[in-house]
Amino acid sequence: MSVVTLKIDNVDVAIEAGSTILQAAREAGIKIPTLCYLEGVSPVGACRLCLVEIKGSDRLHASCVTPVSEGMEVFTQTEKLKEYRKMLVELLFAEGNHICAFCVSNGNCELQDVAIEVGMDHTRFNYRFPERDVDLSHPLFGIDHNRCILCTRCVRVCAEIEGAHVWNVAFRGAAAKIISGLNQPWGEVSSCTSCGKCVEACPTGSIFRKGVTTAEMKKHPDYIEFLHTAREEHQWTR
Amino acid sequence: MEFSELQRIAAEYQAQRKPIRIRYCHAAGCQSCGSLAVAEALQREVSAQGLTEEVEVCPVGCMRLCGRGCLVDIQGKLYERVRPEDAPSLVASIKDDSITPTAPAGSYDHPFFAYQLPIVLENCGKINPEEIDEYIAVGGYQQLEKVLHSMTPQEVIREITISGLRGRGGAGYPTGLKWSTVAKMPKTPKYVVCNADEGDPGAFMDRSVLESDPHRVLEGMAIAAYAVGANQGYIYVRAEYPLAISRLQKAIQQAKRREILGSQIFGSTFDFKIDIRVGAGAFVCGEETALMASIEGKRGNPRPRPPYPAESGLWGCPTLINNVETFANVVPIIREGGEWFSGIGTATSKGTKVFALTGKVKNTGLIEVPMGTTLHRIVMEMGEGCADGKKVKAVQTGGPSGGCVPVEYFDTPVDYESLKSLGTIMGSGGMIVVDEDTNMVGLARYYMEFCRGETCGKCIPCRTGTVQLYQMLTKILSGEATEKDLESLRQLSALVKETSLCGLGQTAPNPVLSTLRFFEQEYKQLLKS
Repeated sequence: MSVVTLKIDNVDVAIEAGSTILQAAREAGIKIPTLCYLEGVSPVGACRLCLVEIKGSDRLHASCVTPVSEGMEVFTQTEKLKEYRKMLVELLFAEGNHICAFCVSNGNCELQDVAIEVGMDHTRFNYRFPERDVDLSHPLFGIDHNRCILCTRCVRVCAEIEGAHVWNVAFRGAAAKIISGLNQPWGEVSSCTSCGKCVEACPTGSIFRKGVTTAEMKKHPDYIEFLHTAREEHQWTR
Repeated sequence: MEFSELQRIAAEYQAQRKPIRIRYCHAAGCQSCGSLAVAEALQREVSAQGLTEEVEVCPVGCMRLCGRGCLVDIQGKLYERVRPEDAPSLVASIKDDSITPTAPAGSYDHPFFAYQLPIVLENCGKINPEEIDEYIAVGGYQQLEKVLHSMTPQEVIREITISGLRGRGGAGYPTGLKWSTVAKMPKTPKYVVCNADEGDPGAFMDRSVLESDPHRVLEGMAIAAYAVGANQGYIYVRAEYPLAISRLQKAIQQAKRREILGSQIFGSTFDFKIDIRVGAGAFVCGEETALMASIEGKRGNPRPRPPYPAESGLWGCPTLINNVETFANVVPIIREGGEWFSGIGTATSKGTKVFALTGKVKNTGLIEVPMGTTLHRIVMEMGEGCADGKKVKAVQTGGPSGGCVPVEYFDTPVDYESLKSLGTIMGSGGMIVVDEDTNMVGLARYYMEFCRGETCGKCIPCRTGTVQLYQMLTKILSGEATEKDLESLRQLSALVKETSLCGLGQTAPNPVLSTLRFFEQEYKQLLKS
């Protein structure tokens, strides 16, 4: 296995060839905001928050899917990137119905954390107040589409780790929506094993455990990574 | 199947032809104005006037001047807007010069035809697309035979590289380079994919080629497959093109029956199969990674590149994806040589380009001109400007991914670079003419509405940015916007362009940015003071 060295924000980093820029940055302690990225499932490069600039390229690159190369010079905190990240989070807040005060994940929400991280305190875009529904047909869990940011972490964790393929995305554009089964109520999807991995993977309060109320829902996305790597790492307990 | 067999088929086919041919267009455009009824009437008249021995009524592909269908050609004379009731005088005029047909006569000397250089469209409007023997009779499949017996895959790729052919889907990637990348990939199997998911509003080049000369595309794909080492091809056609699909199906069946597709083609060791995959109405599936996902039976979502399809495409295998027009250029390049092709066009853009000339233009239709032809020649001379005497204001190229070129820049020679420098793109070849009455902000909003509905919803900037851009444009059009909104429009356009995952989002703000660049005044006029 070969190792490459690169510079991220002028810090020299050495990492295994084939790693992504995001992995290299995390190893070097450089924080790049992410939402759709989840350790343990495949990256999709959809949220665009982890975009970085690379010297010699006039495009922006999603660091979660861009492999490192020798001598690469990466910049993660340029003014342009900071502004774009802020706008992207603003767009998300204007898109759904994110009312933190009434949300089970208030205070434990990755969307909230990212908003604070990028310095977003209001959105310059018009709130769209979409009409979205809540599915409470599952005996243990619920999904509130008002809080969904379509990161597809639930889709991937269900397909890649649990192997149940309960979740998917249906429709296009503004109508795009996470669906269960063949667009059935979640409780009627017989392939669901009620494992709860999607609950842990969901970055917002969209998928939640029933019985929790405002700000009570704490999630453990690192649980997914544990499931993925425990055997390799010989972590028999947690 | 051998070369002599091809010649025999061609000779037999020629021998059974009747001396006088009435050609009528049965591509989708003319069919929609009733060319099938015209054909029936013509056939009836031929029988009634006792000319069945010497005259035949032949269905052919697109005759190009689509705006004046139905088009009929009798021994080199063109007739426009032909209706079934014109049949008696048309047929009678064959034998009697003194009879003037009731249908208006057209002229091939008109600039619309005179400036064309048909390479891709050389058989369009000349042969019956539903009859393989007719394609063979004009030399069809001879280049495939030649390639299989006398050229190595490297020689084929070299010829394509020398030709300077660039991808006709819009991005203009050098075709030879793409082929050689796929050819060099060690992994097998490999695939060849033809992108026929032409979705830009106002574009109908690929549809016309598929409806008029499907075998040309099949032959191009087979040559490409031989060059890169693939044995399976897919044509991804949008479901909105039923006629193109049925003609492709027929063409593939006929080619299989003639043993031109299948195993050991022309007695060589080369096997090649082509299957059709029909889209389900998503514009984004024209993006290559989304297209491949769709062929695999998955949701048509784009994925980040690299890896490019040449490295990891269909089912993770090396895949060559080219557009219909690119494949249609292969046969003449192999026949005439790469040098010949590179002699046509400009320094960086070789060959010809097919455009769908449409919008507020007098002569709507399909044109093929050498690269470097000026927009003035295309719009004002070939298209003759606007139909109702209005002034031409601009032309939109590249559909919702492109931009507009105002009339002041019409002396620009059309090639990949010149259009890019004007902030638009070549795109797949849609050219929509805009007249003085068209509001450019409205035009930009129309395209944004299109993109808003067609974004797949995967990445944030494209999914939510297009909706917000659409709302901003609506606000400007309603006269409620201020200078600040215009600034937000610019900022958001830049965000969507720079941060979107795939080509759809990266180009979606182009119509806004382009109209802002050339027609900022129209935006300013709508602002609240």
